[in-house]
Amino acid sequence: MRYLIQQVFRSPRFLFGFGILMAMLLMVIIYPLIVTYPPLEIISQGTFLPPGIYVSVYDSIDPANRYILHLDDATTKRIASKLGDDDRLAMQEWLLAVGVPENEIDLQDTVKLLEQWENHFDPTVKITGMTNAQRNYYIRLNASLDGILSTEGAIIAESNSQTGSLEQKDIVEQSYYVNVNQVPNVRVLPLGTDNFGRDVLTELVKATAVSLQIGLVAGIIATMIGLILGLLAGYVGEVVDDGIMFLTNLFTVIPTIVLLILISYSIGQEKRGAVTIAVVIGVTSWVWTARAVRAQVISLRNRDHVNLSKLSGHSIFRIILRDILPYIASYVVMALILQISTAILAEAGLSILGLGPRTTEVPTLGLMMNWAMIYQAQILGKWWAIFPVIVVIALVSFSMNLMNTGLDQVFNPTIRD
Amino acid sequence: MKGYTRYFGGKLVWFLITLVCAFILNFILPRLMPGDPVAGIVSRLAQGLSDATGVQAIYEQYTELFGTNKPLLEQFFIYLRNVANGDFGFSISQFPRTVADVIRASILWTVCLQFPAIIVGWMIGNTLGALAAYIRKGFDRVLMPVSIFLSNVPAFGMAIILLVIFGVNLDWFPTSGGYGFDMIPNASWDFVWSVFIHYQMPFWSIVLISIGGQAIGMRSMSIYELNADYVKYARFLGIKDRKIIGYVFRNAMLPQVTGLALALGTMVGGALFAEIIFSYPGLGTTIYRAVLGGDYPLISATALIITLMVLIATFAIEILYGFIDPRIKAAQAD
Repeated sequence: MRYLIQQVFRSPRFLFGFGILMAMLLMVIIYPLIVTYPPLEIISQGTFLPPGIYVSVYDSIDPANRYILHLDDATTKRIASKLGDDDRLAMQEWLLAVGVPENEIDLQDTVKLLEQWENHFDPTVKITGMTNAQRNYYIRLNASLDGILSTEGAIIAESNSQTGSLEQKDIVEQSYYVNVNQVPNVRVLPLGTDNFGRDVLTELVKATAVSLQIGLVAGIIATMIGLILGLLAGYVGEVVDDGIMFLTNLFTVIPTIVLLILISYSIGQEKRGAVTIAVVIGVTSWVWTARAVRAQVISLRNRDHVNLSKLSGHSIFRIILRDILPYIASYVVMALILQISTAILAEAGLSILGLGPRTTEVPTLGLMMNWAMIYQAQILGKWWAIFPVIVVIALVSFSMNLMNTGLDQVFNPTIRD
Repeated sequence: MKGYTRYFGGKLVWFLITLVCAFILNFILPRLMPGDPVAGIVSRLAQGLSDATGVQAIYEQYTELFGTNKPLLEQFFIYLRNVANGDFGFSISQFPRTVADVIRASILWTVCLQFPAIIVGWMIGNTLGALAAYIRKGFDRVLMPVSIFLSNVPAFGMAIILLVIFGVNLDWFPTSGGYGFDMIPNASWDFVWSVFIHYQMPFWSIVLISIGGQAIGMRSMSIYELNADYVKYARFLGIKDRKIIGYVFRNAMLPQVTGLALALGTMVGGALFAEIIFSYPGLGTTIYRAVLGGDYPLISATALIITLMVLIATFAIEILYGFIDPRIKAAQAD
């Protein structure tokens, strides 16, 4: 046994897959210890905030942690963020359209360009061939350019409670900086927020944990059913074998997804918890295990040691337990690994259809896909809500398949390269 | 001919038995749940309808259609009769269209999308796998990891990746639908072109997910066959390499054909998700909309049709297998 485990851990494929899986498990265990926010807490107003570090604006104007830095490129960067190359080209187009000669326009000379813009832009002018959307774009552009070259600071005012007039309280110069470490309210959202305004990373970690649990429960159920049916069919044979093989063949041809859809729909939204879904998936996916176990048992059934056990009058139960199970244990482990990964995929599929676990308590990988897709994250280009989930699903199934092929090579010397 | 008759007869009997079982499952699953299925359907439906007489009318229609006030066996025959007549009742989410009407509109899209895609994927996968086994070296080194990776991306994941890359970012292909949303199906070139353009992404996403698994399977089958004794013997006899390779790959193909028959259910399941992601107007999208709309009659009927399609395709593959498997041919000669 020890030798076998050593062998298994020498297989590079197995190790690689095992490494990925363990890394994910560690992440799932350690992350909630560090980041203790509830995974389904709605933190943002508005949907799909992009990934980044969110710093409280109110806290960062506090004079107590204010620093003055003189950076040469600060102005250039500020202007570039508001006036990109595309915007400059658009401005040139407008200026040409209202009759400014081309040689007078210099796109790189921001001051001159803005001056020309100031003189020639008029939102009421109708230029032929311009769509409404383009006109609106120019109006937005004009608004954003307002005060772009100003070197004054921004004034913070307070309204006087007696007179109602604004009184200057503070002025924020352009050279003021704040150290993010000193701002009390900073929230890092490495993967942004989802359609409900929830932190995607925290949600994803929790979802991975739940999906792995669903996979484990479903995988164990499927493997147990497959193992018992396979043992019965292979060892007892005859009528029992015929009956079980009939069932197995039947469920091989009928698409599992159809069964899953029918059963989950019949259960109804209220009763579909994560565990129920896991049980449903387990009950519908034992077919391949049963087939493999049966084939193995049939080849073992007439071995000498089994016959000897029979002659010694051991019970069927004992023969199966002592003389057959140890020989197929490796198969069962491999089947279990595959079942777990298929179960995670099945859960994801069901949830995408809207037939996954009910949505209020825990996230699962499939539910995250479902939410993101209902809000069209893939079309709107909100990659952070959907790609991390796909990557996690693919990684789970990839790592488990690698472990499986690694085990296969250790246990079946014939297929080693 | 006797060998063939027995083989085909056996397959046909098995096909019919499976068909009956699929019917029974489809019939019994919703009825196993506690409570009156018709009341369940109508209560879900009634949330959207405020008209009490309308709810009553639908309740009565479904009570009659399902025959829930009669014993279970009689219900089954009522169900069989309705199915045989193509009468699945009204669709709830797309009222007043009937379920049969909705399915008739979507089945052709699914058949034309999925089966060509699965077969093309199967062929490409097998060719690549055979080449990898024969050439080995560099080609194998590249192909194997790529295949393993491809076979591990879930069907919906592949569809979304293609959608984002080619549909949204590069904007080469439209992102949803079976033809332009501003078109009415007709026989013009514009329409055909639009259908063709919309066909590409769902098609290739199904092809890509079927390639990986097939290539891996074919590669290991071919390696196994290439090392078999008969190959060595044939080499001793001085038979040309090319001829031997022909035999080897024919032998390696046989399990792959059976594999296709066995995996068809899973593949069709995956392809349904590709349809959903691209809003392709086939059965996958129909069942998705039906679930969203709480439309039980439509879900049940679509599930039945999908099962039926898979059963027929599997049966067809098994018949084909009978013609190419030399053992069954030999049995015929006896």
